[in-house]
Amino acid sequence: MANYSYIPWIPLLPLICFVVLGIFGRKHIGNASGIIGTLSLAVSAVLSLIAADQYFFVDGKLNGVYQKITAFKYVWLEFAPNLSIDISIVLDPVSVMMLVVVTFVSLMVHLFSLGYMKGEERFATYYAFLSLFTFSMLGLVMAGNLFQVYMFWELVGVSSFLLIGYYFEKPSAVAASKKAFIVTRFADLGFLIGILIMAFYGKTLDISTLIQKLTAVQSAEYTGMATAGFLGVSVLTWGLTLVFVGGAGKSAMFPLHIWLPDAMEGPTPVSALIHAATMVVAGVYLVARLFPVYSIDAAALTVVTWTGAFSALLAAVIACTQTDIKRVLAYSTMSQIGYMMFALGVARQGGEEGLGYMASMFHLFTHAFFKSLLFLGAGAVIHMVHSNEMKDMGGLRKQMPVTHFAFLVGCMAIAGVPLLSGFFSKEEILLAAWHSNKLVYGVALFTAALTAFYMFRLYFSIFWNKDAQAHHADKHGEGTMSMKLPLIILSILAIGAGYIPFSHFITSDGSVLETHTDIVFSVAPVVLSLLAIALAASLYRKQNDKPDKIAKAFGGLYKAASRKFYMDELYLFITKKILFPFVGQPIAWIDRNIVDGLMNGLASATASVSAVIKGLQSGKVQAYALYFFGGVAALAVLFIYLWK
Amino acid sequence: MVTDLLLLLKQELLVAVILFLLLFLKLGRDRSNESTLNLVNVLLFLNVAAGFLGAKDGELFSGMFHTNALITAEKNILNLAAWLISLQAYAWLRTHRHVIEFYLLLLGSLMGMFFMISSGNLLMFYLGLEMSTIPLAAVANFDLEKRQSSEAAMKMIISSAFSSALLLLGISFVYGISGSISFAEIGAGISTEPLHILAFLLLVSGFAFKISAVPFHLWTADVYEGAPVGVTAFLSVVSKGAVLFVFVSTLYTVFKPIAPLWYNVLFVLSLATIISGNLFALRQQNIKRFLAFSSIAQVGFILVGMSGSSQAGMASVIFFILVYVFSNLAAFGVVSVVSAVAGKESIDDYKGFYQTNPFLSWILTIALFSLAGVPPTAGFFGKFFLLMAGTAKGNYWLIAIAAVNMVVSFYYYLRIVKAIFMDQNETPVAAITVPVTVKFSLYLCTIGIILVGLISWIYDTIFSLSSGL
Repeated sequence: MANYSYIPWIPLLPLICFVVLGIFGRKHIGNASGIIGTLSLAVSAVLSLIAADQYFFVDGKLNGVYQKITAFKYVWLEFAPNLSIDISIVLDPVSVMMLVVVTFVSLMVHLFSLGYMKGEERFATYYAFLSLFTFSMLGLVMAGNLFQVYMFWELVGVSSFLLIGYYFEKPSAVAASKKAFIVTRFADLGFLIGILIMAFYGKTLDISTLIQKLTAVQSAEYTGMATAGFLGVSVLTWGLTLVFVGGAGKSAMFPLHIWLPDAMEGPTPVSALIHAATMVVAGVYLVARLFPVYSIDAAALTVVTWTGAFSALLAAVIACTQTDIKRVLAYSTMSQIGYMMFALGVARQGGEEGLGYMASMFHLFTHAFFKSLLFLGAGAVIHMVHSNEMKDMGGLRKQMPVTHFAFLVGCMAIAGVPLLSGFFSKEEILLAAWHSNKLVYGVALFTAALTAFYMFRLYFSIFWNKDAQAHHADKHGEGTMSMKLPLIILSILAIGAGYIPFSHFITSDGSVLETHTDIVFSVAPVVLSLLAIALAASLYRKQNDKPDKIAKAFGGLYKAASRKFYMDELYLFITKKILFPFVGQPIAWIDRNIVDGLMNGLASATASVSAVIKGLQSGKVQAYALYFFGGVAALAVLFIYLWK
Repeated sequence: MVTDLLLLLKQELLVAVILFLLLFLKLGRDRSNESTLNLVNVLLFLNVAAGFLGAKDGELFSGMFHTNALITAEKNILNLAAWLISLQAYAWLRTHRHVIEFYLLLLGSLMGMFFMISSGNLLMFYLGLEMSTIPLAAVANFDLEKRQSSEAAMKMIISSAFSSALLLLGISFVYGISGSISFAEIGAGISTEPLHILAFLLLVSGFAFKISAVPFHLWTADVYEGAPVGVTAFLSVVSKGAVLFVFVSTLYTVFKPIAPLWYNVLFVLSLATIISGNLFALRQQNIKRFLAFSSIAQVGFILVGMSGSSQAGMASVIFFILVYVFSNLAAFGVVSVVSAVAGKESIDDYKGFYQTNPFLSWILTIALFSLAGVPPTAGFFGKFFLLMAGTAKGNYWLIAIAAVNMVVSFYYYLRIVKAIFMDQNETPVAAITVPVTVKFSLYLCTIGIILVGLISWIYDTIFSLSSGL
């Protein structure tokens, strides 16, 4: 095995950075914190690239198939010879790809934040949190066993909570971070139960062992899981579905998506990192890691497919009606992750059938770049305009040429304009859907057109529409070099990332999958997208009253979509009107009167017994001797005569 | 041959060398207390370090003395504890008139424990036990001007004389039954006839007295309260640790033939100890007395692990002793410095302690969390392994009661944390300047509390050295 001993440093550097900045940052390091954080992450990113190069081009392959390589393993708690909790780092094509994506996007965000967050009072704390998040995310993607996944999964949740609530003096930010935490925690409960089910029946926590055991033909573990049932559904489906629920929570899939739009209260670079490229794709990543197991259970995959497809469509419709530019991006993220999910759902293990898997990972990869580009671009716009609302923007293309260009590239990529990265990955997904399920294909195609429409609605509203307004001529202009540079680098990647022959590297079974771009197949989505862009241009390029008229024409549907289909209200109704009065209050009553009463009774009983036996402790040594002798005598009587 | 002797007796000889150096120091010119204490602390540190070098397994004096890797490890734990206690005693001893005598007695006791742990027959065991007890009664009296201290010493010497009498009776019964006092030969002659049971119980009462298991614990509170804090720490950690170790290894090897009997005895003792230790601890106002009773409850948990009668059982007991060294000494360290500098020993005095002494407050809080068994402190792992080992026997009642008592213990440990952080006090203990050595010891204990549980190597090593039935 080749030497991967440097791998542990990739997550360790951000961890060290977190500890140092967390302890000394505010008092001693101050403004240098940003530089320290960025530099240490740059080292991590370079190491990741070296690792990717070594893995993909030098020694990852064995007989033409990419292998799992355990770069580091430490047995942490051993309960039994075959049940232990390990800390391990596993390299396989997906985790190496994620390694590169996470470190790289995080580096861009670190760099961008140097300018964006400048002058913040808690600058060092911000960088400490960023480092913690990066560490958790890296630990998550390289985890070799489910327990470690869960551990880092929660750490990711905590650090994202800290980052979303960074502006903790703003009540809305506090509420948003709480909401994100509670909703994802709720989903994590499903995840934990899922993990426990898998570990109980699979008799291991190690991912590759689990896959091996369950996918082996007629293995005891597989038969056990497939035959044991609960409520008419096999345990295997339960386990996988519950694990997926955890993933759906983090990945903001319907109906657990309600936290994502609110999470936009966090600093915008944070949204670029967490809500574009890393944390929100954790659910996709999780399904991908366990994909061989998912692929043997059609029922679970159906759940994945339809959750993904429905979320993609729903989010796209809502995105068309939002006026806060970050919320538009948030819904577009949800929509794109829906794409990745159903692409996984329609895939099967191995060969041509595995096209969806490859396409999903490909889209995850390209999406990471163009979506973080869009978020950072939005950040630059917000930095200048000091508002998130579209109506405060317009005509910014002259004042922000670099941002304008970057944003345009991002919009074109996500809309699937040919020759940009999003085009290639989206084509693969559509192709996979076409081969597997025509209905899913239809949803995907419609969503693609919607995507093109709302992205260009966003683009034209920000950069065209009205004439530039006076207050835009702000003193700090377009931002510092540290803000422009990430935009330029990410633009290049948003264009170029699609030209990587992805199917050579990441496929469901590790061997090369030959894909062929079919020009005829591409016609429909491309034409639809271009038409949608043209429609957006005609509506939003110049200020006019057509959009309002259309909104009126759609009437109730528009209103419902702009209110996010009343999902938040529904949740509030269920919790406030049903859960609290009918479940919460009775339980609270039982807790207050019966449980507490019992406890209080026990406590007072304990106290009185305690008072009685305190009398034994008289302080007289002769009495002690008596008890001592009495003790021996009592034990002797007990064991010689009574307890035979 | 001579090198063998030196290696086998290494730890005993090292302590003896230190004892002689101290004697010469006493005879020589007067030195300041500070320099003496620093010298002793350095010597004790070297003693700890040397304990890890070049150990050897084997026997001496025709089987009366034996040693192996596990025994060496246990002695290392005791050495470490003695060093930590010595560092903490600095605050108290720097103004004391008889520093060297204190160490002569303390180290003499330590040496007795070493011989007891290595003993290969009952005679050697008894000699070691007495050698470890009598000097401790003398040091319990070291707060010379306090009456309570003398009372503690008197009570200790009388109680232990009584316990020794019963122990000796047990030993003579055993000799009468089996015709031998060698550990290797006793086992063959022991069965569950009434006389044998009585003899065994008399021996157990000797152990139970030392580890203050209920109902042989009554001396503990008075002695712990009256003795100087450093001595209390030594009694509750080192002395108990040594006897627990001998207890577990004797039960697991010598009394293997009557394992079902001693399982039941442990069952009764552990329940009685946990429950009444907890009940007493609930109401204590003096923090030393409180720690005394809480340490009785802790012993109850150790007995639960011991009853597991497996390799994991022995390993969990020894691991817990190590955890207990760090947790209890961190607690005693803070209490001792507060007692020595501010003269405050009541729990009420700790109200509002955080306002004036944040450093000590945090250390004490971490220590109490570890004693209560809150994750991720070492105390949690210690209790976890003990209960896991106890579960192996399938007696879930014992485990359930132990678990409920763990919850009860949260109450009284957190009571102190509440006093420190949340209770208001007009006149909290004034800010204390903690001497460097004490601070150092507290840091070491805290690091131990945090790391011992998380580094699985430690438990794994102890586990691999241990043996089951």
